[in-house]
Amino acid sequence: MEFPEELRYSKEHEWVLIEGRIAIVGITDYAQKELGDIVYVELPEIGEKVVKDDPFAAVESVKAVSDVYAPVSGAVVEVNDALPETPETINEDPYGDGWMIKVEISDMDDLKDLMTAEEYAEYVDKEKEDEGEEEDDDDEKEED
Amino acid sequence: MSEHSQVSDRRPSTPSLLFESGSPGRSPSFWPEDSGKKKTELPAHLVRKEIPGFPELGELEVLRHFTRLSQLNYAIESHFYPLGSCTMKYNPKINEVVARMPGFSSLHPLAPVELIQGALQLLSELEAMMAEISGMDAVTLQPSAGAQGELTGLMIIRAHLAAQGNPRKKILVPDTAHGTNPASSALCGYDVMQVASNDRGMIDARKVAELMSDEVAAIMITNPNTLGIFEQEIQAIAEVVHGKGGLVYLDGANLNALMGIAKPGDMGVDVLHINLHKTFSTPHGGGGPGAGPVGVKKFLEDYLPVPRIIKKDGRYELQEDLPRSIGRVRSFFGNFGILVRAYTYILTLGSDGLEDVSRMALLNANYLRKKLEGHFHIPYSEPCMHECIFTDRTQQKQGVQTMDIAKRLLDYGFHPPTIYFPLVVHGALMIEPTETETRETLDAFAEAMIAIAREAKEDPALLKSAPHVTPVGRLDETRAARNPVLRWEPNKS
Amino acid sequence: MRYTPHTAQDKEQMLRLIGLSRIDDLYSHIPSSLRKTASLALPPGLTELEVKKKMAALAEKNGTTQNWHFFLGGGIYHHFIPSTVDAMISRAEFSTAYTPYQPEVSQGTLQAVYEFQTLICQLTGMEVANAGLYDGASATAEAVLMARRLQPGRRRILLSRALHPDYRSAVATYVKNLDDVELKEIPFTETGETDMDFLAGNIDADTIGVVLGYPNFFGVIENLVPIREACDRHGVFLITATAEALSLGLLKSPGEWGADIAVGEGQSLGIPTNLGGPGFGFFASQKRFVRSMPGRLVGETVDGSGRRGFVLTLATREQHIRREKATSNICTNQNLCALAATVFMATLGKEGLRRVAQVNVDRAHEVRECLVREAKLPPVFSGPFFNEFVLKVEGLNQRLPGFAAKKIAPGIPLGRWYPELPDSLLICATEMNGGEEIEQLVGTFSGE
Repeated sequence: MEFPEELRYSKEHEWVLIEGRIAIVGITDYAQKELGDIVYVELPEIGEKVVKDDPFAAVESVKAVSDVYAPVSGAVVEVNDALPETPETINEDPYGDGWMIKVEISDMDDLKDLMTAEEYAEYVDKEKEDEGEEEDDDDEKEED
Repeated sequence: MSEHSQVSDRRPSTPSLLFESGSPGRSPSFWPEDSGKKKTELPAHLVRKEIPGFPELGELEVLRHFTRLSQLNYAIESHFYPLGSCTMKYNPKINEVVARMPGFSSLHPLAPVELIQGALQLLSELEAMMAEISGMDAVTLQPSAGAQGELTGLMIIRAHLAAQGNPRKKILVPDTAHGTNPASSALCGYDVMQVASNDRGMIDARKVAELMSDEVAAIMITNPNTLGIFEQEIQAIAEVVHGKGGLVYLDGANLNALMGIAKPGDMGVDVLHINLHKTFSTPHGGGGPGAGPVGVKKFLEDYLPVPRIIKKDGRYELQEDLPRSIGRVRSFFGNFGILVRAYTYILTLGSDGLEDVSRMALLNANYLRKKLEGHFHIPYSEPCMHECIFTDRTQQKQGVQTMDIAKRLLDYGFHPPTIYFPLVVHGALMIEPTETETRETLDAFAEAMIAIAREAKEDPALLKSAPHVTPVGRLDETRAARNPVLRWEPNKS
Repeated sequence: MRYTPHTAQDKEQMLRLIGLSRIDDLYSHIPSSLRKTASLALPPGLTELEVKKKMAALAEKNGTTQNWHFFLGGGIYHHFIPSTVDAMISRAEFSTAYTPYQPEVSQGTLQAVYEFQTLICQLTGMEVANAGLYDGASATAEAVLMARRLQPGRRRILLSRALHPDYRSAVATYVKNLDDVELKEIPFTETGETDMDFLAGNIDADTIGVVLGYPNFFGVIENLVPIREACDRHGVFLITATAEALSLGLLKSPGEWGADIAVGEGQSLGIPTNLGGPGFGFFASQKRFVRSMPGRLVGETVDGSGRRGFVLTLATREQHIRREKATSNICTNQNLCALAATVFMATLGKEGLRRVAQVNVDRAHEVRECLVREAKLPPVFSGPFFNEFVLKVEGLNQRLPGFAAKKIAPGIPLGRWYPELPDSLLICATEMNGGEEIEQLVGTFSGE
């Protein structure tokens, strides 16, 4: 699994590429693997405001829908228009052509909560371990 | 005809679509062209041209088409169908005979009420039967299905609370609930708050107490729950909810486990729905029609949908002017044809028969559970009632998932159990044999499952590429969702 | 017992394997307070012969399309059903199958639904149709909810007063619990059609959609061109609700009129009157709205060898995945009824469907003409109609017993829902009303 060094990562498995005040956002390789074949993606419109930790988009596979959460707050300045036509791009190239939106960051402090590639790799490892544990005692799933 | 190659394939040929068959002018004629009566031309701007691509088949062609389609299906009458929480029991033939009697099938809902006295008697008596079986006081037979019953029940709850000054904002829904529960809540204008089950697969009254407030309108609970486990603390839970002015809704999907054993009305339930196509043997039809009667305690009776059926001076009448009623959820009386079948079933079984149903349902489920224990992982050690749950945890070690086990079962001639539900269990396999299955069938099913467990160790690839002997192999659902093709079009080949 | 096959030996062997001694042990963990009050106070069971006799006696108490002369429409219609229909839906492979969640063993059900969806598209002239909903009334309610989802921020729904009363009632019940929807009624004129002045005056950028019966409850067929234009001026959804599906065999389709959503009741297409249920609601719209549609959808695909097959698709709209964010809570498609309609339409075929619709028009217009001319009953509405029409009958309630004595149900008095239409009778004549009974009807009205 890939964790490009130049990106930052959120707990909800989004990646962020920072270019000055603009954040490019997508979902990580781990997220796309978990979802399976993506069949549909619903993106916001240019001009919409996104709020950190609130959902701004939805990604669908055949059997599931997942909310995509904003890693930073701001205004949407660009949307990957090609994506709704070819949602499989998210599976094939999650960090490149699978980008979703570009956000003009309203508060640069939001970036502090994001993880580095190394921290995210550890985080993913722990998540996978927890799921394994879950199978052991079949405890309550995390609430969504 | 299909161009798909069958050279190395043992599967039957792909059937044509209606629109790919037939020939212009071939349809049988039912109405002679000119019977001497005057023909009326409607104004031209209101009339359509002929419908392009509409089928034109001969009568035998039509029958052959649908007969061959039917042969591609698994069904209760040909295959064991242990779908958890679906109650795939025998659909008695006598019910079909009765439902087709013209005195039931050829009734018009807007005929004068004197012409439908027998029908109203049936409905009135069925309401009483439902009330007795569920331990409630008043019943509506109008909802067309369980989900519509849930919506009706929630609307009743909302109307009652609104009449008291505050409809409230939230519904508590266990994490094991059927998807219709939160969907119905949202349709009724409520937010859903999830209640987590404990590590024994049950809801704690203590947990409900933490979440209960005067903003919570009701809790929706299934009992036994979708794990097949009886919610031991149901009465305490009801007390907690009632204590803050909320109501208790029971999803009656698993009623097949309770007849003669426990009545929901005695558990503190205020509103419930019953699935006639589950507990009461009406056919599933490949996806309906069903019926979802709703039962309420006396204090909620005024909110039931109109019309109500009342008996006055030995005659049945319809009461429409009920100001507190929630109104109608659908047209006319509901799925009357289905109600006739359920009534016939209850008449046939009677009290002794219905009580026997639940006992044998429990016997069959527990028998299967015992047979499969040791071969498949059981997530909860609690006693099960009419259904039992397993996971793919043991088989996952070979990379085999629940999906693969299910698809391989098709090769053994069984319909798989319910899979991946409830969501709290990873890779759930939920088995409800029902009471109408013989011990031999259960033994054969257990043998197949055990064989598959062995295959999972010895030849996992066989499972991952299953099914092999069904009319089609595993279908590309991704393609169907990415590029939905939802109809045939005239210029397609 | 009746349908449980367990012999004493079976029970003994099974209990032994489980490790219990009595059947009661299976539920000993249920609180005893509940077990004490659980017994069912119902009569004991009956044999099949006894049940059949009892039910036949109950059936005898009813007046049916077979032993009475019905001129009743109002949303449920007595039509000819070819023998092919029951032969197919009686097949247990169709009737006792489950929802096709395992597509490899459900291709019969799935392909039949795909064909059904296609037929509904053809009938309604729309691009996409779902697998069916409960009935015409709840389908109308679902259409309103879908339009609301697609027009966020707008509040008003305009409902024609000439739309079937049960349909209007279901819409009201469904939207009552949503605090952001306002229902407004559009009156009808003396022609029995929509009051266009009222519509023009009440349609604006805050309107979600307009809902009309097509034909409406009075049987009247409206010209939808001006309504489509009024909707276009403000981007408003046009929703048609067709209670008499057979009419679409002859009438211009909702799609041709530019409807955004076309719904209705399918009972006319091969399903007995059944006291109003089960039938099915049909629901059709345009492709670009498909992800907002409620109900099941079957799509075409292939398996690993390239064989064509069919699957449930776009399931992420539905309750079992989307849960509280689903487009609806529905978990059925009244499938066996949809299948009946599919067999019906396949049997009648292109010409047959149009032909029987034309016979309906002929019969109904003939009856109306005779009643107006010979029984001197004045028409209430002047608009064009399919197979139902409204006539004025002075002293209607006093006259009805005279018809009952001859086993005639001459129509549906409208006063029950329309106090402004007293002594008005909705009379329906279909291909099933023969010459003799029409003569009796006219004769009785004429006072013979």
